[in-house]
Amino acid sequence: MLANILQAVQGSLPGPLSLLTFAPLLGMLVILFLPKAKTEAIKTVAACATFIPLAISIYLYWAYDRGSIGMTAGNMMWTEQVSWIKAFNVEYFVGVDGLSVPILLLSTLLFFIAVFSSWNINKGVKGYFALLMLLEVGTNGCFVALDFFLFYVFWEVMLLPMYFLIGIWGGARREYAAIKFFLYTFFGGVLMLIALVAIYMASGSGDAEPTFNLLKLAEMAKDPNSPLLLGGLDLFGWKFLSWTFWFLFIGFAVKVPIVPLHTWLPDAHVEAPTPISVILAGILLKLGGYGMLRVNFQLGGSMMQEETTIIIIGGIGVVSILYGAFVAMAQTDFKKLVAYSSVSHMGFVLLGVAALNKEGMNGAAVQMFTHGLSSALMFLVVGVIYDRAHHRDMNRMGGIGLLMPRYTGWAMIGVFASLGLPGLAGFIGEILVLIGAFNSTASTSMQIYAVLAACGLVITAGYLLWTVQRVFMGPVTDESFKEFPDLTPRETFTQVPFAILCIIIGVLPFLLLNVFDGSLAHLLTLINPAN
Amino acid sequence: MLSLLAQSITTSWGPLTQVHVQMMLWIIALPLAAFGIQIFFNRKLPRQGDWLPTLAMGGSLALSLLLFHKSIVLGHSPDLMLHSGRDIPLGQTGWSWDFLFGGTGGFATEGGRQSDFVFTLLFDNLTAVMLFVVTMVSFLVHVFSTGYMKGEERYGRFFAYLALFSFSMLGLVLSGSLLMLLVFWEIMGLASYLLIGFYFQKPSAAAACKKAFLTTRVGDVGMILGIMILWQHFGTFDILQIFELAAVEVQNNGGEAPGWMLATALLIFLGPVGKSAQFPLHIWLPDAMEGPTPVSALIHAATMVAAGVYLIARLFPFYLFVPEALLVIAVLGSFTALFAATIGCTQWDIKKVLAYSTVSQLGFMMAALGCGALAAGTMHLMTHAFFKGCLFLGSGSVILGMHHRQDMRDMGGLRKRMPLTYLTMLISTLAISGVPLLAGFYSKDAIIAATLHPEPAYEAMGYHADSFLWKLPSIMLPIAALLTAFYMFRLIILTFHGQPKTEHAEHAHESPFNVTLPLLVLAALALWSASPWILNGDWLGEHIWFNQLVAPMAYEGGRLSLQSDVHHVDHGWTPILISLLVAGGGILLAFMIYQYKKVKAERIARAFGPVYTLVYNKYYIDEIVDRFLIRPLVYHWNLWLAVFDRVVLDGIVDGSARLAKWFAGVCGWTDKNIVDGLANGLAFFTQIFGAVARIFQTGFLTHYLTSIAVAAVLGLALFGGNMQWILLGLLPLTFFGFVVLARRA
Repeated sequence: MLANILQAVQGSLPGPLSLLTFAPLLGMLVILFLPKAKTEAIKTVAACATFIPLAISIYLYWAYDRGSIGMTAGNMMWTEQVSWIKAFNVEYFVGVDGLSVPILLLSTLLFFIAVFSSWNINKGVKGYFALLMLLEVGTNGCFVALDFFLFYVFWEVMLLPMYFLIGIWGGARREYAAIKFFLYTFFGGVLMLIALVAIYMASGSGDAEPTFNLLKLAEMAKDPNSPLLLGGLDLFGWKFLSWTFWFLFIGFAVKVPIVPLHTWLPDAHVEAPTPISVILAGILLKLGGYGMLRVNFQLGGSMMQEETTIIIIGGIGVVSILYGAFVAMAQTDFKKLVAYSSVSHMGFVLLGVAALNKEGMNGAAVQMFTHGLSSALMFLVVGVIYDRAHHRDMNRMGGIGLLMPRYTGWAMIGVFASLGLPGLAGFIGEILVLIGAFNSTASTSMQIYAVLAACGLVITAGYLLWTVQRVFMGPVTDESFKEFPDLTPRETFTQVPFAILCIIIGVLPFLLLNVFDGSLAHLLTLINPAN
Repeated sequence: MLSLLAQSITTSWGPLTQVHVQMMLWIIALPLAAFGIQIFFNRKLPRQGDWLPTLAMGGSLALSLLLFHKSIVLGHSPDLMLHSGRDIPLGQTGWSWDFLFGGTGGFATEGGRQSDFVFTLLFDNLTAVMLFVVTMVSFLVHVFSTGYMKGEERYGRFFAYLALFSFSMLGLVLSGSLLMLLVFWEIMGLASYLLIGFYFQKPSAAAACKKAFLTTRVGDVGMILGIMILWQHFGTFDILQIFELAAVEVQNNGGEAPGWMLATALLIFLGPVGKSAQFPLHIWLPDAMEGPTPVSALIHAATMVAAGVYLIARLFPFYLFVPEALLVIAVLGSFTALFAATIGCTQWDIKKVLAYSTVSQLGFMMAALGCGALAAGTMHLMTHAFFKGCLFLGSGSVILGMHHRQDMRDMGGLRKRMPLTYLTMLISTLAISGVPLLAGFYSKDAIIAATLHPEPAYEAMGYHADSFLWKLPSIMLPIAALLTAFYMFRLIILTFHGQPKTEHAEHAHESPFNVTLPLLVLAALALWSASPWILNGDWLGEHIWFNQLVAPMAYEGGRLSLQSDVHHVDHGWTPILISLLVAGGGILLAFMIYQYKKVKAERIARAFGPVYTLVYNKYYIDEIVDRFLIRPLVYHWNLWLAVFDRVVLDGIVDGSARLAKWFAGVCGWTDKNIVDGLANGLAFFTQIFGAVARIFQTGFLTHYLTSIAVAAVLGLALFGGNMQWILLGLLPLTFFGFVVLARRA
């Protein structure tokens, strides 16, 4: 009797993934009912609402079965499946594998830290934190969704709060930046929507029910005669598979972002408040790479076996690496420089993915994670100096190393992690991607790409060290800088986790790789059976 | 730790055991621990914690001495493992750590190999020599710094950085895997960066540390690529495995190395070109003298810059397969030796002279390795570390005495005021000049001997060094040696002899004990390194002692083995005569010009005219690099790209928005003036569109989203998957988005 009741209660409780996803939504509702003036209460609620997902994702990371290969039905862990819109076979279907678990950890950590980083926001506190909570729902939802429709819904849910967070709490040109961000992502989203509908229709050919289930779709895509690959309709003379593949690719690539679809990024970063920049660079960009791995390549695997695809994707990666690095070097705005460095670093993700081997895939995944750490740290670093100097012009800085030694120390970890110094996080992803690309059998051009990307390491070191020279070294040029206090405890609290993680991942990369590897290896067999 | 020491002493006459492996790990771990504590707590510790890294280094030194002793014992006893180890893969320690997977996984492969990203320790006599050199100089520099850096701001942090450096250098020396070596190689670069930039409030120091890191990074990229090619072909980073596999590869290729092996060898050599300051990547090293003088002694003279030489020595069996690569190394090394020596003759800053001297001596070492003389090159690495370390620390003592003045024209007559410094620097100068009975003579003489007969090293490989290029080292190196003796005595005479030229020189004083003690020890080592040859009584023959100690491994008779007889040259009197001649000539010249002033230095400079100006300005290499590489890249190319980004890429976006705005304007005008009033139905539609547009303008994007979703679902329902229709339905919506953008912009 009691057991039955317990079972019934247990059955009606949300699973860990739902709790993880919707806890911030609960937080948002509570915040909305709180009076505007109670800012401390609002912030506390926000901190609690972001702590729950963090705690859950730590548990998921800890409890994840590292032997599981993932990426396929039955190997997803903590799945929850409920029918949602019966007429279109839309399900509420969530689950995680080795790819999503570490990225969820990163995401929840970033949001938790972002709340503390937002502590000194004093304009429209209630709205700000409510939107931040909604943003977390959309972001984490994307990482757990296994139903394409659900994924798309979360994708768009994420878009709105970001638009307002930049557009209302941003800098001088915030409205321009917000709309640019919105339109770019939405442009990608529309392409994704078209492909989504088309794939859904195609999956329903014959007597099969059409489905949005990503795992089922991936299974179908494995069959070379599947309607998913051959069926469906051509668009303007373009074969079904190619256009759905590239539509999805562009949809995700805007988010990565790739050159030349990246110009929304520097504007969005420069205008966004610090915590929003942290989230944007730290986790929203990863949605692009994650979406490619989870959706794009699984549903269009055979496209990845064509050399042209590899040449294009890898080429975009290399161009992003080099172009982003050069343009970063030209910046005098500290934040813009970090923004362009994100373009450069995310290029490694594309290059690694295009390598189509284990080293490249793992490298890309690790690069996503470590870039999340180092870019978050770098944006926090920029935020600290901006809060004090109220400008970000590096030519008007200098000598901060003497004035704020503790700040400089933590900042250096961020700089050298970005730079790819061994022993810090950035190195692992970069070296794996380079090895993967260099040894790739997918295309001979990959070796040239690897050489070019390796040359990019010098340029990266160049702009970062030049930044260090201009900001932290040299004599103190601005007398007013001498009154700047060193890091406050709150600022230290926001920076230190990332710095520590940069070191831990750099020294013990297996903490990530043991989780990533199984799922990515399996993904690889889906994409490229030869491997 | 203590029990470990006790154990190691009791087992020091037996073969290598796990105890020794633990000792190696302790050697790396001690400075790391010191760094970890020092970087966070230096202000809280007494004396800002300077004793902590110093003691840690003392511990590493003690362990290294034990291991060094071990390797000498083993190296000379044919019954014990290392020497008879022709059957056992030399230097395997059995310690390994899976870097990427921590030993719990590995890239999941279907029956294939597991992760090869394994770190291993490699210990052989070469390692033992390097451990001894690094820990010895590092420990002495730590002691020296307690005096030299006293009272400096961020004193404690300086020791933290020193410990970081020692950790990475020792890790590098013990690396058995190229990936591990690369990791430590880069961390060492970081330590060097931090230490050169120690006085980062000085713009020159801030620029110098950046330059050092970037210049070496250029070489590192080549090295990374080389290592990747190796991985591509062999699937491993393990150095010993690479030797074995390379041998198989050569055998399968009909006894000749395939082209990619040559490419790999040259690419990997780029790393040492950067780190060991070979032409043309030497430009960072003289600038690196912006760092505190102990740093110049430790990192930029004795140890770190020698890491490049060590890397080539470590991979020597691999390089033996590709003699063409060795030829490049030999020629570039001897060119660097000569090139830097000429610059050294013209500089006035005492540290700059020593810096160019270091570049030159590194060239000697490289040339020796290139000519196949592994033992000679390594020996010079060791002796150079001692006498150049001593010279740099001595210059530090002089600078301390001169109240931080470095121009030799301000000095003079310091002999009586700083007798200990004078004595130790003189010994080291004699050593570097190649005066017999001092360490430098033996190593330099061995190098010159090797350049005269590079062939024997390769004959085992079936390669004949008949190209005229092989003759170049034997011409350039003796000239470089002559110049070395000249500029070093120029330095001694200008600094210590004659009359004080300034007030500061007049009041110079001898440095405290903790500064002079390391000088004495290093000077003793500059003397000592010679003794084994004298005791051995066979130095005229083959430098048998060191040759056996650091014997190259090579592939012979189907497996990798020691090649103690590889450089089987009848030494003869020719190299000795050359050595004596150039050393004597250089010293004589220096005394004639600077001591006895038979010829005025200014007159010589004037006689050389533009050549002197060229050399004095370091051949304008920095200016050329700046003009043709840095400036175009940093001040033009990236600015153009940034403009492209802002103007062209954003222009397309903003332009299309403006176009949409214009088109909307046209539509609006048409609507108002032509269409309006024609039909109510049309007006109705206009209203709807206006309403939609207004939604966007007010920013209620939720409505927008809803309409998209509705359109999609409707499309699905109505058109049954006819995609063109859905697409057509969506396009105007996207279009309206651009209109909104245009309005807001």
